[in-house]
Amino acid sequence: MTLADDVLAGSRRALARLLTRIENEEAPSELAALYPHTGRAWIIGVTGAPGTGKSSLVNALATAYRAQGKTVGIIAVDPTSPFTGGAILGDRIRMSAHSGDPGVFIRSMATRGSLGGLSRTARDAARALDAAGFDIVLIETVGAGQSEVDIVRTAHTTLVVEAPGLGDDVQAIKAGILEIADVLVVNKADRPGAVNTVRVLRAMLELGHPAARTSVQHHGQTLTVDAPAGSDTDAATWIPPIVQTVATLAIDDDASGLPALIDAISAHRRHLETGGQRARIERLHLEQELHERLRAELMARLLRDLPRDTFDALIDDVQSRHIDPHTAVQTILSRTTGGAPR
Amino acid sequence: MVTRAIRVLIAKPGLDGHDRGAKVIARSLRDAGMEVIYTGLRQTPEMIAEAALQEDVDVVGLSILSGAHMTLVPRIREVMNAHDLADVPIILGGIIPDDDRAALAEYGVAGIFGPGSSTENIAEQIRQIVAGKGRA
Repeated sequence: MTLADDVLAGSRRALARLLTRIENEEAPSELAALYPHTGRAWIIGVTGAPGTGKSSLVNALATAYRAQGKTVGIIAVDPTSPFTGGAILGDRIRMSAHSGDPGVFIRSMATRGSLGGLSRTARDAARALDAAGFDIVLIETVGAGQSEVDIVRTAHTTLVVEAPGLGDDVQAIKAGILEIADVLVVNKADRPGAVNTVRVLRAMLELGHPAARTSVQHHGQTLTVDAPAGSDTDAATWIPPIVQTVATLAIDDDASGLPALIDAISAHRRHLETGGQRARIERLHLEQELHERLRAELMARLLRDLPRDTFDALIDDVQSRHIDPHTAVQTILSRTTGGAPR
Repeated sequence: MVTRAIRVLIAKPGLDGHDRGAKVIARSLRDAGMEVIYTGLRQTPEMIAEAALQEDVDVVGLSILSGAHMTLVPRIREVMNAHDLADVPIILGGIIPDDDRAALAEYGVAGIFGPGSSTENIAEQIRQIVAGKGRA
C-alpha cells in the first residue's frame, strides 16, 4: 500500500504524514494518485486581520457542520518568523472542542519562506483533505499579504472576517482584501462599534456593487436607500452579504450568527452551482494554478543551471553600471536555455 | 529553497495552570527555527496524542509542574501508542525528581529539562533526538 492508498483507506496517520510531505514539497506522485479523488469537498477560505477571531470562527463553523453530519478538515496557517524560520502555531488552542471527533482533522501550517510556495502547499493540503473524504475543508490564514490572498482565492467560498474596534477601518480597504470576499463577517458583534463596522463595510460594498444600495448626501446627512427589490442586479452577480457573528457563543444561539453564516455560505454555494459558475471559477483557478506552478518550476530549473558565482558576477556588472538589469536577465536566459530569448 | 523544519508539540497536561514555562520554551524553540504547535493548558492525554498525530510532530514536549508526571506520562504514552505514535519521543519540562528519570525513560522520555535548563541546550537536544531517530 502506498501512502496515497492509506490516505484513501482513511488512515489519519497516513494523512498527517502526507501533509508533512506536501509541506516539504516532496509528494508529487502521491498528489497525482489522489487527484482523481478530489473535487468533492467544499473549500472555504477564512481570512482577516489578526485578532478578528478567525480561529474561534473556524471552530464554530466546524461545530455547525458537524451538527449537520458533515466531516470537516481544517488547515490553519500561521506566519513563519522571517528571522529564524521558526513558527508558533497556536490555532489549535481555539479548536480543542473537536478533539476526539474522528470527523474533524486539524492541521497547522507555517508560511515558511517560499515565494508563493504557501499557496501551492495549502492548495495541495486542501486537496489531500478533499481526497481523504472530508466534506468541508476550512483554510484559515492571516490576511496580511498577497500570498494569503492567493490561498483563499483557491477556495470556493471566501470569508473575510472583520471585528469592531481594530483601528482604522480604511486599512481593510487598502489591503484590497475585501475584494476577495464572498461573505463578509463582522465577528465580535456583541462589542461596541459593530454597527459602525457594518456600516463601513456596507459603504465599501456599495463602491463595488453600486446597485446593492444607494447613498444620497442630503443636507449634510448620508441617507442609505435600498434599491427596489428584484431590480438591482442580474443573477450572475454575487453581492457579498454581511453577517454579524459572536463566534464564542453556542452555535444554536441565534445571537451567535452562526446559522446565518452557514446560510450565507450555502447561498453562495447554490449561486456558484447554478448557471455553470462553479465550473467557470474552477477553470479560472486552475489556469492561475498552472501559471503559478509553471513559473515556479521554470524558475527552479533556471536557478539550478545557473552557478551562483555567474549570478553574482552579473549582479556586479549591473551594480557597476556595465550592463542594465534587463540585459542581465537576457544573458541568463540565453545562457541556460541555449537559445535566443524572445 | 525547501526547509524541513522540526515540528514540536508543546502541551500542558493536567490541571495546573502555570504555563509560563511552556510559553518560554515554545518561544525559544521558535527562535531556534522550529515549528511549535502550542496547544495550551489542561490538555487530556487523548487531546495531546491526537494533536501529535494530526500535526505529524517529531517530538512531543510536555510541561508538568504538578508532580503528576508518573501518572500522566504513562497514560499519554499509552494513548500515543494506540495512535501508532510509538516512535515519537516525549520530552519533559518542569519539576521532575531525579529518582523518576529511569522509570520515565521506559515510556520513551528522551529528555528532561528542569528549572535552570538553558533554552539553547533544549533546542540542541531536540535536534539530536530528532536526528538520532533518523526519521525521513
